[in-house]
Amino acid sequence: MILNNLKPTKDKINTFLPLGSIFVIFAFLDVLTNTFLNYNITGFLPKTLNYFFPLLLGYFGLYLIRIEFSGNRFLDKLNKNINSSNFNAFLTLLILFIIIKAISPLMNWLILEANFAGSSKDDCTGNGACWVFIKVWFNRLMYGLYPDVEQWRVNSAFLLLFALVGIAFFVPQKIKKYFIIFLLFVYPFIGIKLLSGGSFGLVYVETAAWGGLSLTFIISAFAILFCFPIGVFLALGRRSSLPAIRYISIGFIELWRGVPLITVLFMAAVMFPMFLPDGTFIDKLIRVLIAITLFEAAYMAEVVRGGLQALPKGQYEAAKSLGMGYWRMNVLIILPQALKLVIPGIANTLLALVKDTPLIFVVGLMELAGMIGLAKTNPKWLGMAMEGYVFAGLVFWIICYAMSRYSQNLEKKLSTER
Amino acid sequence: MNLKKLSIENKKIRNLIPQALTILALLSVIFYFATNAQINMGNRGISFGFGFLSQEASFDIAFSLIEFDGSYSYGRAFLVGLLNTILVSIIGIFLATILGVIVGVARLSNNYLIAKTAEWYVEIFRNIPLILQIFFWYFAALRALPSPENAINFYDVSYLTIKGWYIPKFVWINFDIFCYSLILAFISIYFLNRYTKKQREEFGKILPTFTLSLGILISIPLLSFLLLGVSLSFDYPELKQLSETSYTYENGVSIIPELIALALALSMYTATFIAENVRAGVMGVGKGQKEAAASIGLNKGQILKLVVMPQALRIIIPPTTNQYLNLTKNSSLAAAIAYPDMVLVFAKTALMQTGRAIEIISITMLTYLSLSISISILMNWYNKKMAIKEK
Repeated sequence: MILNNLKPTKDKINTFLPLGSIFVIFAFLDVLTNTFLNYNITGFLPKTLNYFFPLLLGYFGLYLIRIEFSGNRFLDKLNKNINSSNFNAFLTLLILFIIIKAISPLMNWLILEANFAGSSKDDCTGNGACWVFIKVWFNRLMYGLYPDVEQWRVNSAFLLLFALVGIAFFVPQKIKKYFIIFLLFVYPFIGIKLLSGGSFGLVYVETAAWGGLSLTFIISAFAILFCFPIGVFLALGRRSSLPAIRYISIGFIELWRGVPLITVLFMAAVMFPMFLPDGTFIDKLIRVLIAITLFEAAYMAEVVRGGLQALPKGQYEAAKSLGMGYWRMNVLIILPQALKLVIPGIANTLLALVKDTPLIFVVGLMELAGMIGLAKTNPKWLGMAMEGYVFAGLVFWIICYAMSRYSQNLEKKLSTER
Repeated sequence: MNLKKLSIENKKIRNLIPQALTILALLSVIFYFATNAQINMGNRGISFGFGFLSQEASFDIAFSLIEFDGSYSYGRAFLVGLLNTILVSIIGIFLATILGVIVGVARLSNNYLIAKTAEWYVEIFRNIPLILQIFFWYFAALRALPSPENAINFYDVSYLTIKGWYIPKFVWINFDIFCYSLILAFISIYFLNRYTKKQREEFGKILPTFTLSLGILISIPLLSFLLLGVSLSFDYPELKQLSETSYTYENGVSIIPELIALALALSMYTATFIAENVRAGVMGVGKGQKEAAASIGLNKGQILKLVVMPQALRIIIPPTTNQYLNLTKNSSLAAAIAYPDMVLVFAKTALMQTGRAIEIISITMLTYLSLSISISILMNWYNKKMAIKEK
């Protein structure tokens, strides 16, 4: 009888809605004052009950306002989205309370009690993060051990690249071709020359000094440039009708895909020099670049193969019936269509490539994560690991999130076009 | 003799030329590398061979599942590393699956808040490089834990400290009998399932299979405790003072922070991918399937168990196995935080001591490779078995 009376129905809305709302509001008030004002309204209750009191109260309140077809649009929407059943109501409250409880210490650490001004560890007096660390080390985190006075070269190399890519989007179709050829085949040499120097009056900077976030970009850019054509060749090889080529391609692809990148990097660092004639020396950065390129090319090959397999057989037959040879058929008919099909997959491989670059620290090259490892072991800056890795995580997250968003949009766009 | 047979016009010969050239190029590259390697190794006074595996390792490993100290061989060190890799992979796979399924289901929730929270979880953890997450847990988060004397105490049974997580040790008596009883339980469950399936298909009788299986799984091992002399007791960790300021825990099992950090990072990272697979799988089952099942009178549980799950699993399992494989390969990042896995123990420490780069790197890569290939063979077999058989 009592239970029946407690059942929230539309005819009791006038009593239940205000009552339930008061319960819910009180529950939130309790949690909020508890976290932000450090004052416990329900302190008079026994300890365990006190702890769960807002949860119970909110739960009961949400139960009371769960009125189906109440006619109130806001209430209906609320019930449908966060309060559709007892279990949902419980989870909703739990999540909201956890967010409220977590936001206060998080904000304190990140901003409110953090230190931004100063130039040494002693300036960090608050309980929060010491962002002075990032500020002081910022140059190193971006450029590694690249000499301060020469850093304009790194900047201008990247600015030139961005400018060229930007222009390539706007130039008319006719010149675009030459522009892209310039970007792919001429610009890399200009960029390398600008970075390493040694001629044209530029001071030589050895690759061991390269580092920081810029190294991440350099490695990603070069690996992308080379792994794409190799991947396409491997994919074609894997689908070739010539058994020797097919099996070599399969073996190559599966070999790289079967081992972790870290062992490949070890191989490049310690095993590869054994395979070269005594006295020959290949720069460590180049060895690492080759390793990453071959590794990612195997993944790229599998993505491209997916596109090749998805093309209907008629495309191949039509091309052949026009008298086209193998290469003409692939370059003019098959690849343009197959690659378009797998653009999202290619974007995902590139995303994985960027996420893999921090691994190069195992062979002693230091990009962002590696530089933070170096900075946090500096005797003057001990105990700054949290700030460092939060910062690095944020930087990488922004880059990777932007890339994944872009590839998702591309995927959506392409799937509607077809 | 027909001249056309030998000319370039002949398709067979035209096909042979590029193949022969490729093989020749490959062989010459291998030959070039091999000669160089031989000369280089000759200069250093070492010869290619795997004899070093039986030499004394003379280094210690911080964490090992089997007995190991400096007097054991390099081969044994490799085994320790391999076991540690397998250990962290199994823990990671277990946690990642649980977390991934929860997050994946949560993303499909009709509760806006839950769906959004799950989505942000995926977006955040998927887009931060794994190595940074490992560093974060190891160098930042776990370093904030208290020292042993102020440990976080879980009901006086287990303690979380900066030096690791101390949990009670299981002390078994007649553990082998217990294992046999477990095996017996699984075998009887298998036969029970066959029996109930037969009953269902031939006589239309539906037996409470799940309850019965659970009963068997609990009762047979329990009987072994009561009748066959199996017993289990716990060795609890106890605080012990080493010197005035340094404390440690004795007895019990210590889980080193490296393992905690690695397992946490691996499972949280991989869980995001598994969650996406789960979501895709459940969404991939057409609405019509559920409606059709409901229209022939199945209840909600039956729809989920008999119609939705079998179809969803077919979509979920192949990419998820791939993720398990990725997790195993990613566990090699352990080398970055000094968790003694195969890469750290073998490809780093042992390599530095012996200088046998070629042998050691090849063994390490081959181990991972055989792991990958065996899993993909298993996967192909499973896919073939699960593929929709059209009649």
